[in-house]
Amino acid sequence: MISQVFILSSQGDHLIYKDFRGEAGSDVVSVFYEKVTALTGDQPPVVMSHGDLHFVHVRQGGLYWVATTTSPGSSPFTIIEFLNRFSALVKDYCGSLSEKSVQMNFALIYELLDEVVDYGYIQTTSSDVLKNFIQTEAVSSKPFSLFDLSNVGFFGAETQQSKVAPSSAASRPIQSSREQGGRSEIFLDVIERMSVVIGSKGVVLKADVEGEVRVKCFMPSCSEMRIGLNEEFSIGKSQLRGYGAAVRVDECRFHQNVHLDEFHSNRVLRLCPSQGEQTVMQYQLSDDLPSAPPFRLFPTIERDSGGRLLMYLKLRCDLPSKRFVVISALSQELSSPDQSAELKLQNRAIDWKIPRFIGGTQLSALFKTSSPPPHPSPPPPPVGPVVLVFELPQLTVSGLQIRFLRLSPVQPAPSQRWIRYVTHSDSYILRL
Amino acid sequence: MPYLGSEDAVRELRRALSNPNVQSDQLRYRNTVLKAIRAMSQGVDVSDLFSEMVKACATVDIVQKKLVYVFLCSYATLNPELSLLVINTLRKDCQDPNPMVRSLALRNMTNLRLPSLVEYVEQPLAAGLRDRAACVRRVAVLGWAKLHNLQPDAEIDAAVVNELYGLLRDPDPVVMVNCLRALEEILKKEGGVAINKPITHHLLNRLKESDVWGQCEVLRILQRYHPQSEDELFDILSLLDASLVSPHPPVMAATLGLFLGLCSGLPAVSLAALERVRGPLLAACGSTSRETRFTALCHIQLLLRSLPGLMGAHYKRFFCGYAEPAYIKQRKMQVLVELVNDENVAMLLDELKGYCTDVNPETAQAAISAIGRIGRSYSDRCLEILTGLLGLKQEHITSAVVQTMCDLVWVCPQCSDTVCSALEGCEEMLQDSQGRQALLWLLAAYGERVSSAPYTLEGFIDRVRSEASLGVKMELLTTTMRLFLCRPSETQDMLGRLLHYCIEEEMDMCVRDQALLYYRLLHCGIEETHKVLHGQRSDPSLGVLIGRPAEPINQWAYSFNTLEPLRQAGVETEPASRGSPEHVTFDPKPNTDLSDTLNCSQIEKVNLGSDGASGFTCSSAKVLAPLSLSLSPALSPEEFEHLWMQRHAEQGAEKLEEEEEDYVCLEERIQFPAIPPCSPQSLQAAMQLVNIQTLAFTPPHTLPWRVYLYTHTHHAHYGSTLVIGELLYIGEASRRVAAVKKGMEDGDVVEGEQEAGLSGRALVRKDGREEEVEVTLKQQPRDDNALKGFLSILTTVLHTLSSESS
Repeated sequence: MISQVFILSSQGDHLIYKDFRGEAGSDVVSVFYEKVTALTGDQPPVVMSHGDLHFVHVRQGGLYWVATTTSPGSSPFTIIEFLNRFSALVKDYCGSLSEKSVQMNFALIYELLDEVVDYGYIQTTSSDVLKNFIQTEAVSSKPFSLFDLSNVGFFGAETQQSKVAPSSAASRPIQSSREQGGRSEIFLDVIERMSVVIGSKGVVLKADVEGEVRVKCFMPSCSEMRIGLNEEFSIGKSQLRGYGAAVRVDECRFHQNVHLDEFHSNRVLRLCPSQGEQTVMQYQLSDDLPSAPPFRLFPTIERDSGGRLLMYLKLRCDLPSKRFVVISALSQELSSPDQSAELKLQNRAIDWKIPRFIGGTQLSALFKTSSPPPHPSPPPPPVGPVVLVFELPQLTVSGLQIRFLRLSPVQPAPSQRWIRYVTHSDSYILRL
Repeated sequence: MPYLGSEDAVRELRRALSNPNVQSDQLRYRNTVLKAIRAMSQGVDVSDLFSEMVKACATVDIVQKKLVYVFLCSYATLNPELSLLVINTLRKDCQDPNPMVRSLALRNMTNLRLPSLVEYVEQPLAAGLRDRAACVRRVAVLGWAKLHNLQPDAEIDAAVVNELYGLLRDPDPVVMVNCLRALEEILKKEGGVAINKPITHHLLNRLKESDVWGQCEVLRILQRYHPQSEDELFDILSLLDASLVSPHPPVMAATLGLFLGLCSGLPAVSLAALERVRGPLLAACGSTSRETRFTALCHIQLLLRSLPGLMGAHYKRFFCGYAEPAYIKQRKMQVLVELVNDENVAMLLDELKGYCTDVNPETAQAAISAIGRIGRSYSDRCLEILTGLLGLKQEHITSAVVQTMCDLVWVCPQCSDTVCSALEGCEEMLQDSQGRQALLWLLAAYGERVSSAPYTLEGFIDRVRSEASLGVKMELLTTTMRLFLCRPSETQDMLGRLLHYCIEEEMDMCVRDQALLYYRLLHCGIEETHKVLHGQRSDPSLGVLIGRPAEPINQWAYSFNTLEPLRQAGVETEPASRGSPEHVTFDPKPNTDLSDTLNCSQIEKVNLGSDGASGFTCSSAKVLAPLSLSLSPALSPEEFEHLWMQRHAEQGAEKLEEEEEDYVCLEERIQFPAIPPCSPQSLQAAMQLVNIQTLAFTPPHTLPWRVYLYTHTHHAHYGSTLVIGELLYIGEASRRVAAVKKGMEDGDVVEGEQEAGLSGRALVRKDGREEEVEVTLKQQPRDDNALKGFLSILTTVLHTLSSESS
């Protein structure tokens, strides 16, 4: 049972405030902001209390999404999941999630809240139901950009680029498709997050992959969709792996609307996607990755007689040649001109930025700390781990591929289907 | 946040809203309304626009209507008279052919929260219940709940309640769930909606139609249902099995909550359910939303209390990610400490060692104390890491390491050698008061083994004038005194200086009093001083309790899936700290004269035969369901004595009216063969583990042997009570004598009740060869269930202890 819902910007500006039950005054918004900013680093902020009012909040898009409740017996899972779902709905309807977009679309958000929650009880969060009720149109905050024009060829001819969806294509309001003649598009994203720990001797200590298949649908009325996964996809350790490179995951969970009758025979998922974004399948794989981790580091660390630290880092990318964006913390003296590095004293880290990294190649960097250590006597502190933050487009670590994406019956209007793969680093740690 | 010039803005808006030109242009009108709402949500007080907004409500533009309603609902309570004007428009909208308009009008009519409007609302609401469109029915059902809460004292309309019960069979699942919610609120005084067998099965059968939120609600309400037979129970459980592994964490949590509630008498089934949710919970721990991760971690901590081995194989999932916030990292470390075993200890310590040099000092400290906790079972490896960390010469790390060592030595005295050698030279690095206090305590306890101790102390004493922390000064006094006892020649001079400073110059009364106390103590001679000051420096009995026994699920099941686990600072609080020796040395003098009046009253006598113990714990499992014990507010020995004596006096005077009293007294005997060998320390440690505070003991091997203790029980429904109690063991031989003696006394003081009790005891003595402890408990206010629950916890502790020592 939710008493109030409000959205605050990170500076504490009131963006949205709605009271469902009249159990507390609107001054609690300021109380919340005071409390949340007064917390020290190690205090858990998720649930806070003020009198008999409990604040539960999540951070999404740099905003505080807060729900208050008066009953301590409320389920935290439900409230947090609701706030996440609500922010996802706002994202679907407004196109993106930022202070600006929330400010511009506040009328739409009030309308959404009104339909989603009544008297503190969650009614529905399904975009299929909501689309019948939401009347306000989203105001898109996209600035005019010349870059958009570059996609249009001379005299409107189709260029090579127009066949590739720009990365921002999916961040637009779902409602606009209704009026603008419907660019009926479907985006199918396979997103994987890696968390890897590699020990100082190059031994992989931990390697986890959390993946999900996400559908973002802009079709006003969608018929059935069939998604074909790799045929040799298997779940669990017990199943036979065959001869080929099977794609194996430890655990796999599906959205409740997914029909699995063809899954066991042909590895086909059937579903009727609703408008907006939804996660069709989540899977997870630990320890036993099909391939070696994508990056390896060969460090040499020396200290000269003056107590200066010399670090020579060689980073190798073990992937088939493709492009990568790699931003790694730690490390000057770069091997190629388009990299950059800066020392961040606050985090006691060196930020080494590599705009693109070709697979199968090797990059190196040499760093020297020149300030002599303040105390000559104590041994110098150990150098912390190297953390890689990267995004690998067009690649899944687990090997999961989408064989096909079919809509049946075939849509009369030209529909565009995009399949995208990306692997993020959740936490890629290389110990020195 | 009020903006400057808001009055001008409101005036401007009012002019625009009442401008006929604006009103005739739909788009301009809507935009002006929009501006007003924007000002409202930014915190500007726009209540002056109310009458203009009432006019703006009568429009065909639905978007504008919705906006105006947002405004009206926020300000209606400030303008009850003007709100009457809106009702007409709203009632007209309730007749609109468009169901969306009807539901909108109905919802906002009930959201105005004005008791004066109730009479106008009832009729449209009643019609709404029978509307063709499901969306109108959804709103109408909840509308009745809103109406009821507006006038909580009004009589409940039985016809409406009946209709709501009927609508549980509505084809729309949201209407069904809303009916449950509305009935729950309307019938709150009667304990909520009636959950009987047909309703339960109806709800369960339709569970799959609802979305996530509806399922959670239904599962929550079903917790009140008690299946009539075991077959029915298992039918329900197998129906719910799929939800238990639902990919949606709210459904999974609600289902597990229901499982634990239904199976409170079947621990094996509950444990199996916990095993089932391992997968979904682990998945929630890896969720992209960090708040979900945190919630899952907190609940995993709960589960681990009953099933410590649950996550053992998955310890790597709890390794901290680089970018995770500090509060998640700390929870993960708390979980990691629980998961440690012989196979993974090397990996785990390696990982934790990496966190010790974290940029965030709080994370580093948490990692260091986590290593200290593991050190209780794997002391050598952990000490190696800890002494290695001292070599880094970082302020916050050194401080955390010294504090951790201090805690570790208290539990594992065998570590003291390593700790003593590591202590040399770290006082320069200690800047914060906790770290210095810990160092001083260590010097006090092991001063004779640290060669540089006097020099370290000298440094402290030289700087005492500029010392800001009260705690450090107090600790410094004690440490110097204790060091003086073992190394008098080196410390005499500095002790004199310190005492002089503290008595003559110190402004703080506590420090001065303490110094005066020590000064006078020294006058009494060295023997006396030694007796007073020579406290314990370790508590090895805690070491035995490291591998804690699994708690019954009932201990935490009531708080599962509530906000409570997320609010606690951490489930794993230290069971004992260095502060405890004071309690152990507390002299139980005031209680010696209590013994003669002890068994004057009793309300309940439960005799446990030689095989009764196991039966008792089984039956109590149901009773004790949601019971938790805590030590706060603390009870001082004086207060305890006062309460204990007071109860006796009252009982003597009015023992006939015991039933009316707000407290209760209970006597019980528990088989406990291991009293004589059981050391007070281990007993105290064991009691503290379950949050029972022992206040006083007689020394072991003396007869009669007594322990006085207290605790507070907290019950989810009945509030909290204070329980004070006494354990009495008079020994085999002396008991016989005592019984005979008392029997004789009873002849004089005629008390039928006690006669019965005594004969009961005599019986037990005849057939039971085992020794027994008499437990006398007093409770205030009276709560039989809590008392029984407490008794069973106590019984379990005593049995655990006796099995361990034998």
